[in-house]
Amino acid sequence: MTDQSTDTRRPGARRRGRASALGQIWTGLTRSPAGFAGSLLVLAIVLFSFLGPLLIDQDNPTDITKIWLSPSSEHWLGTQYEGKDTFKILVNSGSEPIWVGALAATMSVTIAVALGSAAGYFRGRLDSILLQLTDVTVTIPQFLLMLSVVAFFENIPPWGIAMVVGSTMWAFLFRSIRAQVMSLKEREFVEAARLQNLGAPRIVFREILPNMAGFIFVNFVIAVNQAIYAIVGLYVLGLMPSRTPNWGLMIHISWRDNFYLNPVALPYVITPLVMIVLFTIGLVTMGRGLDQALNPRLRER
Amino acid sequence: MPDPILQLSGLEQVFDTKKGKVPAVGGIDLDVEPGKVLCLVGESGCGKTTTARAAAGLTRPTAGRVAFRGKTVAQMDAAERFTYRRAVQYIHQDPYAALNPTRTVYSTLTAGLRRHRLVKSKGEARERAADILRLVDLTPPASYLDSYPHQLSGGQRQRVNIARSLAMNPELLICDESTSMLDVSIRVSLLNTLGRLRDELNVGFLFITHDLAVAKYFAWDGEIAVMYLGKVVEHGPTPQVIGDPQHPYTKALIGAVCEPDPDLARSNRAVSTLRSAEIPSLTDLPSGCTFHPRCPAFEGGLCDADAPPLQPVGGRRLACHVVARDHGRTDRGHGRPARRDGGGQVTTWSA
Repeated sequence: MTDQSTDTRRPGARRRGRASALGQIWTGLTRSPAGFAGSLLVLAIVLFSFLGPLLIDQDNPTDITKIWLSPSSEHWLGTQYEGKDTFKILVNSGSEPIWVGALAATMSVTIAVALGSAAGYFRGRLDSILLQLTDVTVTIPQFLLMLSVVAFFENIPPWGIAMVVGSTMWAFLFRSIRAQVMSLKEREFVEAARLQNLGAPRIVFREILPNMAGFIFVNFVIAVNQAIYAIVGLYVLGLMPSRTPNWGLMIHISWRDNFYLNPVALPYVITPLVMIVLFTIGLVTMGRGLDQALNPRLRER
Repeated sequence: MPDPILQLSGLEQVFDTKKGKVPAVGGIDLDVEPGKVLCLVGESGCGKTTTARAAAGLTRPTAGRVAFRGKTVAQMDAAERFTYRRAVQYIHQDPYAALNPTRTVYSTLTAGLRRHRLVKSKGEARERAADILRLVDLTPPASYLDSYPHQLSGGQRQRVNIARSLAMNPELLICDESTSMLDVSIRVSLLNTLGRLRDELNVGFLFITHDLAVAKYFAWDGEIAVMYLGKVVEHGPTPQVIGDPQHPYTKALIGAVCEPDPDLARSNRAVSTLRSAEIPSLTDLPSGCTFHPRCPAFEGGLCDADAPPLQPVGGRRLACHVVARDHGRTDRGHGRPARRDGGGQVTTWSA
């Protein structure tokens, strides 16, 4: 028989089972081909939008001699109505929608998880107050609120929009998290944790929430998506001050000036749409992969 | 006689449901002493688990009190409650539901240790977890510490479940059918492990089971309380209750144990004939003795009139009009010969 006391400390055994959280996510993401493809897609678009601007020559002057050129080796996606290079514009357009979307989603998911688990775990007065609050929040039409906020504060910064989007999106997720916490908290393993006096914060964050980690991440991904739609939508409608280039602004200009009727303008019209669609598809498939990565039962298969 | 570690006095638990009030536990008084086993037996729905949950402080009894080391649980301050929580551990019945699927065995076992500061470092925690796993025969521990519950079999899970309770150095273990989901071979080794705790560390047990063989094996030096519809009907030292049951319900329970010897089984069958197999509803309890619609010793006018008190009869506590009366008669020398099969053995008791 081997010496078991040294056996338990063998680093190999520890590494095998207790891989870091990042490692677990990586294994889960690479396990399903769809999830892996989705993650690659998201990663590619994020790198394109955040690293890309640093790598290209930012000099993109207006040049009336080069209006609406076709794609060439010099101008990969041709030029637009001012003779600027479309590819350079596209590279610079992604970062704002993505970080605003991520910020709004982080905010709404954080609020929903914190309030939802508190309401579901403690119930009582706190629960009824929070439920009333969500009832009110759910009835606010998100887009109309954004419209009025944008109309009222003319120079609203992008993070301001993220706050507005985030503060209206949390209510639905709050309800489903509250419901899941209420059901999980009656499970015997939570009871066992209560019997060991582990304390409410620990029980909520270590015992209950990890059981819905996949659900929360998938919702985060959906929230990023929604927030991107919301902010792009505002730009498309021309309601946001146009400071930086972004996907929404490109679509807005194409729409405003009827570029979609002009075949030579095709790259300018279609590329922001393609980026948004690819990013959405990437996020959704990545969400599926994450769901598997964070569920130990699914991780095995 | 040592002070009881756990006292249940007049414990009542009434649940409000749509169908009305359900008195799951209707006033029971039981004590558990350190290093002793109190076995609760009875059929499904008789309130065993409800009693255990109240004893573990999981539910607040609607009446009566649960006292740990003489202190009423409901009135404990934070520090006392902390001690009570560590000292009284509850082992669930279902090993599939009682382990968190997202946590490894190591993490499950050491959560309580770390919380109660019973270990100082991660290395020590791991060492302790390995020791406890060895105690429940999960060897080598290294191959289990980093497993998730879904990678273990039912029996292994239940042993992890028990190990988690043992990690807290409990003074009282409340086992709710904790061995019923295990293989027979493992059951005995686990009962022996628990027995070692009982004998060496003076751990008291409130042991719930429907398996009289387990009760007999584990609680031979202890006591058995037989419950029926939320009330204790017979309570006494195990050898007496098992070897010489007095209450007709206890007799029926013992008669229902599977007997490998067909001759013995045939002779037992006569004793165990109940008048009805149907368990009355808790929302609509029969008048008088709640067992009378099924009782083979039923006597009209006596049994369905008043509820029998749980009174000392022949070295135990018993709640039965007929047996108590007959016992009184034999005491005074009016011993009657065997009347019918149910009460037939009444005169054979020896206190």
